[in-house]
Amino acid sequence: MISYIIRRLIGAVPTLLIITAVAFFMMRAAPGGPFDGERRVPPEIEANLRAAYDLDKPLWQQFIDVRPGLCAMRFGELTGSRPDADTLAAQGLKGRELRLPPSRPGGPSQTSSFLELRDEKNLVVRCLGGYLGKVLQGDFGPSFKNKDFTVNELIAAGAPVSLTLGLSAITVALFIGMSLGIVAALNQNRSGDYSIMTAAMVGITIPTFVTAPLLTLFLGVYAGLLPVGGWEGGRLENIILPITVLALPQIAIISRLTRGSMIEVMRSNYVRTARAKGLSEFTVVTRHALRSALLPLVSYLGPAIAGLVTGSLVVEQIFQLPGIGRYFINGALNRDYTLVMGVVILYATLVILLNLLADVIYRLLDPKVRYE
Amino acid sequence: MSAMPEAIKDPVLSVRDLTVRFATPEGEVSAVTGLNFDIGHGECVGIVGESGSGKSQTFMAIMGLLAANGQASGQALFHGSDLLKMKRAQLNKIRGSRLAMIFQDPMTSLTPHLRISQQLPEVLVIHKKMSMADARKRALEVLDLVRIPDAKRRFDMYPHEFSGGMRQRVMIAMSILCEPELLIADEPTTALDVTVQAQVLDVLAELKGRLGTSIVLITHDLGIVAGLCDRVMVMYAGAFCETGTVKEIFHDAQHPYTRGLLASVPRLDRPADERLYAVPGQPPNLQRLPAGCTFQERCAHVFERCIAERPPLAAFAPGRSKSCHLNGFDAEGKVIA
Repeated sequence: MISYIIRRLIGAVPTLLIITAVAFFMMRAAPGGPFDGERRVPPEIEANLRAAYDLDKPLWQQFIDVRPGLCAMRFGELTGSRPDADTLAAQGLKGRELRLPPSRPGGPSQTSSFLELRDEKNLVVRCLGGYLGKVLQGDFGPSFKNKDFTVNELIAAGAPVSLTLGLSAITVALFIGMSLGIVAALNQNRSGDYSIMTAAMVGITIPTFVTAPLLTLFLGVYAGLLPVGGWEGGRLENIILPITVLALPQIAIISRLTRGSMIEVMRSNYVRTARAKGLSEFTVVTRHALRSALLPLVSYLGPAIAGLVTGSLVVEQIFQLPGIGRYFINGALNRDYTLVMGVVILYATLVILLNLLADVIYRLLDPKVRYE
Repeated sequence: MSAMPEAIKDPVLSVRDLTVRFATPEGEVSAVTGLNFDIGHGECVGIVGESGSGKSQTFMAIMGLLAANGQASGQALFHGSDLLKMKRAQLNKIRGSRLAMIFQDPMTSLTPHLRISQQLPEVLVIHKKMSMADARKRALEVLDLVRIPDAKRRFDMYPHEFSGGMRQRVMIAMSILCEPELLIADEPTTALDVTVQAQVLDVLAELKGRLGTSIVLITHDLGIVAGLCDRVMVMYAGAFCETGTVKEIFHDAQHPYTRGLLASVPRLDRPADERLYAVPGQPPNLQRLPAGCTFQERCAHVFERCIAERPPLAAFAPGRSKSCHLNGFDAEGKVIA
């Protein structure tokens, strides 16, 4: 099991690299750039601006930049023999890149487009330049549009909001959706089943941008029970409505999934055997049926949780919540390259990890599944 | 309506006028129509018939295991109390304990996510109010009884770690944990290969001898019936067409369908290149049964009366009954005029 998890995690590395690369180049292939929407600036300033964000380099170098000269230099730094500037210049390294971190502690900190020399390990990583080099060190770079913030800061500020909302919504949805699904399955083709499934169908078809304003209008404005928006540090009153809006479609999907698999399991031979043993219906359902019936749900939940905790543009806009969902769409529209990349990588990582978690849970629920 | 069976003294199970109907999108279907029979103590009765003849559904109804669209009427008296009228809680006290069933498909009839050690003892805990420790001990003994080698080691395994024959033995062990008075075995060997079949049948025969359990053996395999059963009831289109002892049925079958079934068993004493007999045609559509005999379309001896009038199941000798207008067959297999 442990070795399986480790192997999966190792396997995730190339996946993430490919996703990062594809997202990076697709983003750059989109017409327009991050500064197109701004006031016309003199060409010199624009050139400086582009240089400051590395946009002046060839595209592949913006993504990944390996230059042996620099590696040699960094290596020399470690071993104590620093190559001189002329050697490096001869290898085509620009002056800006030669501004190295201070060799004496306490000296003025200088940035380099290459990784800063923070720890003495990871020589390979520190020799990598470009976007990928930074990302490997956990730095998603500065946001193009939110100019005072790095992408790390933006995500760090927004993630707790989206995470709270998403996890609460999926917890609520799981609890209610599973219960409804089981009740519907056990009353198959009777009035209880039909009313739950009709409600679920409605829940799936009505989009959040309809339920959100309606709930706000009735519970927030008319009844005055709940605030219509805002985060306010995640006060309970403030998050009830967004969680409800996020959970409703999930309740619908989860109840339908649960009902479907539950009906199938309740017709299975082993449930018949369990009944023939003289077990009460409660024992039959909880002990012999439920675990197998939950398997399809587990596969659904992996990606679903990833989607929910990375935020919802609609819900965050309508309820004025500072989550990360809006970054993705706004970033894509504004060509905020680094911000979009940051969210994409975060989302991809979550999907991979949650799918791994789903597989592990699957293994725990179904002894027939072996990952060796 | 079929005739009352020969009185069996103090039967374990006594079924009267049992009818099983299923509601389908195409309308209601009667899978079983007006069955009457008794099962005596320590008796082994074979129920034989083609797929869809209603043999399984008869006993599913008795066990209270019909699908949601199924409905049983009539009586199924287990020591005098009607199983069909019982509330679920009351029925649960009997099934699994005094009345048990083994199912056709051992590969799918055990809960896949529970260990054998979780599935077997629970029967004893519920019915015999045993402690878990005692129940486990007893379950292990019964696994030995059905000859599961190295039962102690296998006890904590999951069903998928067992072979088909092993699983069927686990099923049998589970059904006999409480030493039931009546064991219903629904095609217990159909999914198994021949050598394993023989082992499973040995286990059943041993049970019958050792515990005096009454056994109902539902099968389409006449060979199994010959080896294990005392009496045979042949089912066709939801009703019995002939009943009698094993010897009578095998050597002196009086219904054309029974004769057809017997003729279609491959035999070693016949030339290998001889074409095997098959009963011509298909079982009738239960939704559109003909007015007369249900077997008329496939019968070689059909005459006017068969088309006009359905023959009732009637006793024609002590302990024997058939539903056929013919006078019967003589020793050479000729219809008696």
